[in-house]
Amino acid sequence: MNEPEEKKLAELLKKSLTPLSPELNRDLWPRMLRRLDEQHPARSWIAALVSPAAIASVPWFDWAMLAALVVGLCLFPRSIPIWLYHF
Amino acid sequence: MEQIGQPPQVFEQFAAGDPGAFEQLFRQFQGEVYGWIVRIVRDPAAAEDLTVETFWRIHCAHARFDASRSFGAWARKIATNIALDYLKRARIPESPLDDDPPGAAPTAPGTVDPAMRREVRERVHLAFRQLPVRLRVVATLALVEECPHAEIAAGLNISTTAVKSRVFRAVQILRKKLGNLDETYE
Repeated sequence: MNEPEEKKLAELLKKSLTPLSPELNRDLWPRMLRRLDEQHPARSWIAALVSPAAIASVPWFDWAMLAALVVGLCLFPRSIPIWLYHF
Repeated sequence: MEQIGQPPQVFEQFAAGDPGAFEQLFRQFQGEVYGWIVRIVRDPAAAEDLTVETFWRIHCAHARFDASRSFGAWARKIATNIALDYLKRARIPESPLDDDPPGAAPTAPGTVDPAMRREVRERVHLAFRQLPVRLRVVATLALVEECPHAEIAAGLNISTTAVKSRVFRAVQILRKKLGNLDETYE
């Protein structure tokens, strides 16, 4: 392949492909901000759920009930379908 | 892409996760990143989306940025990967081309049948789009956009020899597919 052939093909490509401007005509920062905002709600939801403040706000009795339920399920695994049926 | 117009501490602040520094860098480099991507994907709307995607990845990876190195070069590498992924996912368009591209050189009346010109353009376009992505990108940048080989090599993170080799292979494939098309065109 010689250089004139390469140039000829380059000209053919330039004439065949739609020309475009490499200049950006508008500011994309608002779109970037939207993209950043889209990601934050999910992150903040998870963070809120496992935050120390959220954990501390649960009454001790609820923790005791949860612990009793877990122990009960471990000791009597056959009761799981019954629990599932009632819930 | 040169790191001009920003004090050096902006890059350190960005690496530390400062949102204000990220905004400054976004505003300075969005045009250059867009310009690079649009030359690869050749679709302004897609290039805008990919520019935002590039800066999103940059934002996520801020802690890995080495403030002593070029932000522009780092951004361009991320942009290249995103643009290549986009091209690999994109399907070859089946819609016909516009009648005459706005920048196309005028042809003397009577030399070429307009219908034939359109057919030729479509064949060239299709042959070009059927090139493997890595050859098509290099061919676009080298033959259509006339970027220097060194700039292409830096942007694609390959050697200048590899750029020349890919251009050669792209030209070979196109010549094989298009046959005596240049005779029809002239």
